[in-house]
Amino acid sequence: MAWNREQMAERAAKELRDGYYVNLGIGIPTLVANLVPPGMTVTLQSENGLLGIGPFPYEGEMDPDLINAGKQTITDLPGSSYFSSADSFAMIRGGHIQLSILGGMEVAQNGDLANWMVPGKMIKGMGGAMDLVAGVPRVVVVMEHNDKSGAAKFRKACTLPLTGKGVVDLLITEIAVFDLDRKGLRAPLLVELAPGVGLDEVRTRTEAEFTLAPHLS
Amino acid sequence: MSTKLYASAAQALAGLCRDGMTVAAGGFGLCGVPLDLIVALRDSQARNLTVIGNNVGCDEHGMWLVLANGQIRKVILSYAGDNKILERAFMNQEIEIEFNPQGTLAERLRAGGAGIPAFFTRTGYGTLIAEGKEARQFANPDGSSDWYIMETGLTADVSLVKAWKADAAGNLVYRKTARNFNPMIAAAGRITIAEVEELVPVGEIDPDQVHTPGIFVDRIVVSTRQPKHIERPTTRPRTAGEPV
Repeated sequence: MAWNREQMAERAAKELRDGYYVNLGIGIPTLVANLVPPGMTVTLQSENGLLGIGPFPYEGEMDPDLINAGKQTITDLPGSSYFSSADSFAMIRGGHIQLSILGGMEVAQNGDLANWMVPGKMIKGMGGAMDLVAGVPRVVVVMEHNDKSGAAKFRKACTLPLTGKGVVDLLITEIAVFDLDRKGLRAPLLVELAPGVGLDEVRTRTEAEFTLAPHLS
Repeated sequence: MSTKLYASAAQALAGLCRDGMTVAAGGFGLCGVPLDLIVALRDSQARNLTVIGNNVGCDEHGMWLVLANGQIRKVILSYAGDNKILERAFMNQEIEIEFNPQGTLAERLRAGGAGIPAFFTRTGYGTLIAEGKEARQFANPDGSSDWYIMETGLTADVSLVKAWKADAAGNLVYRKTARNFNPMIAAAGRITIAEVEELVPVGEIDPDQVHTPGIFVDRIVVSTRQPKHIERPTTRPRTAGEPV
């Protein structure tokens, strides 16, 4: 059985390490906030100007001046800090955030990522995504393995405009996990299969060339 | 004696609005947006505006009003979602959009306000936004090197910012995530107007707690906007046993 959204988030949560400062993108990556293992200290950053994101507020306690990058009302925590967008992106572009988990529309086998526009169709803009993938040392992409028409989203090369060139370290989909080399010096390694998913299915649904981790070959 | 205090947003903008000018406005979503000043900008009927901001309002709020009134020629932003008429105007080529990575936009405004004409960043290298920009390789401390692209500083003819508290000297204090782009936009304006929730006597703000020093603020007006609108109200249920 392929992983569901929650299980994909659980897999992404395994990338957290004690003491990390982490930025989570919108969608499945946001679910990782609830999956920090007990006993581990992880500080979440919201690029609109908060370090130390707390849970959603209770009914009646929403503060219009306190939102996350997805514009949802949130709370702060003891030890949180507020700052400007310039300071926020100094954290991101200066390499101070250790891990970025975000969504994707296409990933290429050389680590290229596309997730900000579909020419002629969707023009929302990149927001902070280009800064995150350029500045954060470890980038994890969580996305569906195929698009709505069934086309592979993990490709030999991206067809959509790039968010970053050679920026993805790990790709998590509902059927598999791939370890990528940003420098493109080796092919991606297939490191995990979702329970009950076979190698043939992954091969059929993937355009990118990949090799098998030793325990899978 | 000179004063920075104005009785209304319209009076604070009087004499400043002209066709073709560049306006920068603070805010992220609907958080920290100078809503009264934006309404006054709409009412000024100044046209062919270039507008700088993270996003140009969202449906029916903020800079959306100026856009819907047909006053904007070009926007410089990082995010155009949540704004249907902006997407439509762009698709129909009625408006020019210059997309910026959010951190690049923040840094361009910071640089502009600080008199820095350009800087290099790794963000966007190898993407569409690098086209036509100078690229250079710089060494890292470990001896490796990376490619960077040149981005230019941004300034505005008029900057509109939103703060929580101000004193008559123009010192500003922001609240929570309503700070966002406001401090850089305050510095990047040739004339900067602050819309504030509360005007306090000079001396009441601890100098150690000032976020934007008064030198960056030319005009101040007290906001009429309460309560504030929330774009995506999100809550969690109370579970049994938790204190209310």
